[in-house]
Amino acid sequence: MVWRIVIAAALTIFLAVSAAVDLFEFDDEDVKKYIYFACYLVPYVIIGYDILIKAVKGIAHGQAMDENFLMAVATIGALVLGVTYTGDYDEAVAVMIFYQIGELFQSIAVDSSRQSIAKLMEIRPDAAFIEENGELVEVDPDEVEIGTVIVVRPGDRVPIDGIIVDGTSSLNTAALTGESIPRDVIVGDEVLSGCINLSGVLKIETTKEFGESTVSKILDMVENASSRKSESEAFITRFAKVYTPFVVASALLLSIVPTLLFFLADYQLLDTEWEQWVYRALTFLVISCPCALVISIPLGFFAGLGGASREGILIKGSNYLEMLSDVDTVVFDKTGTLTQGVFEVTDVIANEIPRERLIELAAAAESSSPHPIAASLVRAHGADIDRNRVTEVTDVAGKGVIAKVDGTPVAVGNKRLMEMLGLQFDEGSVTGTTVYVAVDGRYAGCITISDIVKPQSAQAMRDLKAAGIKKTVMLTGDADAVAQKVAKEIGIDEVHSQLLPGDKLEELEKIIKDTSGKVAFVGDGINDAPSLVRSDIGITMGAIGSDAAIEASDVVIMDDDPTKVATAMGMSRKSMLIIHENIVFTLLVKFLFLGLSAVGIVNMWFAIIADVGVMIVAVLNSARALRYRRK
Amino acid sequence: MKKTYKIEVDCASCATKMEDAAKKTEGVKDASINFVMQKMSVEFEDGVDVNAVMKQVLKNCKKVESDCEIEI
Repeated sequence: MVWRIVIAAALTIFLAVSAAVDLFEFDDEDVKKYIYFACYLVPYVIIGYDILIKAVKGIAHGQAMDENFLMAVATIGALVLGVTYTGDYDEAVAVMIFYQIGELFQSIAVDSSRQSIAKLMEIRPDAAFIEENGELVEVDPDEVEIGTVIVVRPGDRVPIDGIIVDGTSSLNTAALTGESIPRDVIVGDEVLSGCINLSGVLKIETTKEFGESTVSKILDMVENASSRKSESEAFITRFAKVYTPFVVASALLLSIVPTLLFFLADYQLLDTEWEQWVYRALTFLVISCPCALVISIPLGFFAGLGGASREGILIKGSNYLEMLSDVDTVVFDKTGTLTQGVFEVTDVIANEIPRERLIELAAAAESSSPHPIAASLVRAHGADIDRNRVTEVTDVAGKGVIAKVDGTPVAVGNKRLMEMLGLQFDEGSVTGTTVYVAVDGRYAGCITISDIVKPQSAQAMRDLKAAGIKKTVMLTGDADAVAQKVAKEIGIDEVHSQLLPGDKLEELEKIIKDTSGKVAFVGDGINDAPSLVRSDIGITMGAIGSDAAIEASDVVIMDDDPTKVATAMGMSRKSMLIIHENIVFTLLVKFLFLGLSAVGIVNMWFAIIADVGVMIVAVLNSARALRYRRK
Repeated sequence: MKKTYKIEVDCASCATKMEDAAKKTEGVKDASINFVMQKMSVEFEDGVDVNAVMKQVLKNCKKVESDCEIEI
């Protein structure tokens, strides 16, 4: 194609120059005209033969509004006018050349954005390795059955989800979470496909088939994202369908009306010859292709979706990318979303004995209990407890545990346990679960365990406000005091607490009814599927690996950082701004040039350069949606 | 049933035309083209011969855009 453009351009320039300086001598002006016409046909056919062929095929299939056909009509018309009227053939060939340059550029631009997006998604592993008789054998990951042990060497990508059965290493999870800090893994850890193994050889027992593995799910989602079309895309498709017929109809009017007036009434419209009107009509056809619009809008969305996935945010469709920019209320689930969902000791009141000793005794007494509180106590103690120190353990159902630690009687449990033992005790903190400890028959203190707020939650609220979100709401089943404390800590606007799972949905309905903009619900995907579905946009966080959560949500944030909600909205706004810029800019330029060519200010040269130029600008602008800088 | 096919098409508005042509093909419930990824996903009606339908889809697409390609 490049050569065709170069050769055609060189021939055209040579012919134009030779005609201008009278390089060849002709006896008769008419002869000169026809010989030049024949000469110009050579570059014209070189540059435009495929368009002419397509135009003919298009007519055969009843595609009269085909851009190839319109291009052919415009240029052939210009050539005919050249013979009969202007004597200028440069224009027809030049239009063809510029049109082809535009097409070439378009395919280069699309290819390059496709590649840069594809690179983001180059997480599909091509091979899995299994060990057979001490040798590594490469197999198609599709053929690996569940329960097979695969070997992942350093530098390789984990092809299938599984559990490590041998080896330790650190993993780069950037492809899944956007997080670049490596994660250390040991035997027994679950590994998601798509991670890159950085250091040691790992043996992984697969727990899923390749098609059901995280990496396949993600790729499916990203690749299918643009099948859910946004309103902007639908608008452009509809617009493109009327734009071309509109321009063609105007062109017909523009050529036929003055011609008829001249021949029937001997009247020259606006003192302009009818040939001139035909020429202007042909210029219209040059601008009739809606390509710049049609290409830049899906490209903008695609770049936006690609850029978001690089940040670890999967958006399931262009429509959701569009909708995100209209969100003005964000509703959060508390546990696991704004808080870590992991209970930790947050408050200790020790009366009789040192704080550390209190925790140690409580942890020891609870050490055989499967309750999460026991685990929190052990974690707070910071060291493993020798089980042999604990004897005579008695579970008091619904109240707590009584045991002997190093021979000393210890009772650990709730208020009712203390009441049962007839002991006086302090009221513990109201913002969590409090366990009371009695040692040697005397009340010794209490330990409060609560869910701790994620370090990024407060920042997330500030980011959302900065992004123009009107209201942030937190829904929780927890006690009001706990909810209020968290809300105050992170600066959330509205709190609804002590909600049963069904109430959450009801609250959400109310919020949706009271809000003019879109409402996003952010949850961790556990027990909140109905809310995710009911909201305009359901966002799950840190739910990678949970198919149900991914299924129910529209946007998946791969790690569990709540500030990504604002990031997603920022990216959405940026993409939408770019897309709107393109729509407005392209339409303005098109209609400006239609107007200018109708009154004869602009000739075909300018028309085609403007048309190709606007497309190039729009495509380059679209590519900006791929990048996002956090403020 | 839904299947995805690799396609080749040069211009974005041609892709839209192909999408329309594919949608109108008998046996096709819905079709959409991802121009940037050069992929077409087709949802078929129940119980149709997928290969036969796709041949017809290709034929109809060729009518609106002569140099498009679908890898069936």
